[in-house]
Amino acid sequence: MRTLAVARGVAWRTLHNVFTNPSLFVPSIVFPLFFFVAFAGGLSHVQDVPGFNYSQGYTAFQFVFVLLQSAAFGGVFTGFGIARDFESGFARRLLLAAPSRTGILLGYSVAALLRWLVTATVLTTVALAAGMNVGGSGVDLFGLYALALIVNAAALLWAAGVAMRLRTMQAGPIMQFPVFLVLFFAPVYVPLALLSGWIHAIATVNPLTRVLEAGRGFLAGSPTEVAAAFGAALALAAAFSFWALRGLRKAEVAG
Amino acid sequence: MNVLADQVFLLARRSVVRTIRQPANVVAPLVFPMMLLAVNSGGLKAETHLPGFPTSSFFAFALAVPFIQGALFATMNAGTDLARDIQTGFLSRLSLTPMRGIALLGGQLGGVLTLGVVQAVVYLTVGLIVGVRLATGPLGVVVLFLFAMLVTLGFGALGAFAALRTGSGEAVQSLFPAFFVFLFLSSMNIPRNLISTTWFRDVATLNPVSYLIECVRSLIIVGWDTEALVLGFGVATVIAVVALALANWALRVRMART
Repeated sequence: MRTLAVARGVAWRTLHNVFTNPSLFVPSIVFPLFFFVAFAGGLSHVQDVPGFNYSQGYTAFQFVFVLLQSAAFGGVFTGFGIARDFESGFARRLLLAAPSRTGILLGYSVAALLRWLVTATVLTTVALAAGMNVGGSGVDLFGLYALALIVNAAALLWAAGVAMRLRTMQAGPIMQFPVFLVLFFAPVYVPLALLSGWIHAIATVNPLTRVLEAGRGFLAGSPTEVAAAFGAALALAAAFSFWALRGLRKAEVAG
Repeated sequence: MNVLADQVFLLARRSVVRTIRQPANVVAPLVFPMMLLAVNSGGLKAETHLPGFPTSSFFAFALAVPFIQGALFATMNAGTDLARDIQTGFLSRLSLTPMRGIALLGGQLGGVLTLGVVQAVVYLTVGLIVGVRLATGPLGVVVLFLFAMLVTLGFGALGAFAALRTGSGEAVQSLFPAFFVFLFLSSMNIPRNLISTTWFRDVATLNPVSYLIECVRSLIIVGWDTEALVLGFGVATVIAVVALALANWALRVRMART
């Protein structure tokens, strides 16, 4: 009960900060839209490459990537806020005042999720308005958004672990860069089968590839690699939960 | 004239040394464009199978992008450093000395140009190691470096203008996403004639960054393409002249204020 109360307070404060500060809120909406426009618009001719067989077209193909990217960066951007809270000294007061410190982490996670839901709503609306084809049923789409939600949680927990260990805004690149790499070393522009060489080798072992391929399968209405995708996403979230909780303990020890 | 040259040299040296002392300012412009090049050339290799694609090597096609992206980083470096000089009061103290304003601008941009050349050397070396050979041969390398310097000068002057107008490093940094928009809405990943979405092709055609990229690209994969060279050098010259004029004007206003 105490955990939930702390989580509610932290989540409300984080969301209030984000939604009342355009410099925090606007980029998290605009950047996914920009990537969607740049990739789906600029590279649509890629669907004519021999072997490209995604049934719903290139806009839908890119939508899934950008949706997952927005989920991941929604988590990372919330991690920036955690680092800022530590740098400003607010987090130290929070650690002193909170009867359940795990609730702090839970609160940040809930805030990251709600923040991303706003972005996802805008992105989906724009994609549908742009004529994106959707072949999946309601259940399939639930699967797609559930995957993205787990990615959001995993990214937040990763960023929180970094922020609580380093406790400075200068940790931003350390939170962001690995997420960027994992995202872009997946089959971003073409299906895995059309990649070749070193990028194919990396993409094959990249856990996000399973998530991306499954997400595209959900949107097309032909689910594929579902168990592997949910397994990979949940494993990442579980591993980063441990990472974040250890970070919280380190922050407590550091005072 | 010698006094002015000395002043420019001293400030250029200060600009270079200051940048070198901040590894993030050196590493980011070198590593980030290379990383993007690696990701895009791997992921978009299949694009070379499209009918009409100008080369069989996507790496060679995409190698033009780091040269322009590196110049965008120059904007940030020049602007942020100059803004810091304003914030710390260095510019105010400098205005009390016989130092001429033009020397300050020249010195700052001289430092940025030096780093721009280093970046270009790194990008070209990586390309040669990977197996890219310039279609224009050794003379093309000279032209490529001249063009890279011209573009760096223009973007560096834009960064200086932003710094002098705002006096804030954060404000200069906030320009970075805007430059990224220009980069991504250009022909960086696909030739303009192969962009099938009409509005995107129109935006890329209106976007001056497309012509900068296509100029470098022509030297690498096409050969001596007069149209691409004239358009590229023309756009780069206009950007440089306008940006230098704006920076010079902003410097006068800033010096008058201090």
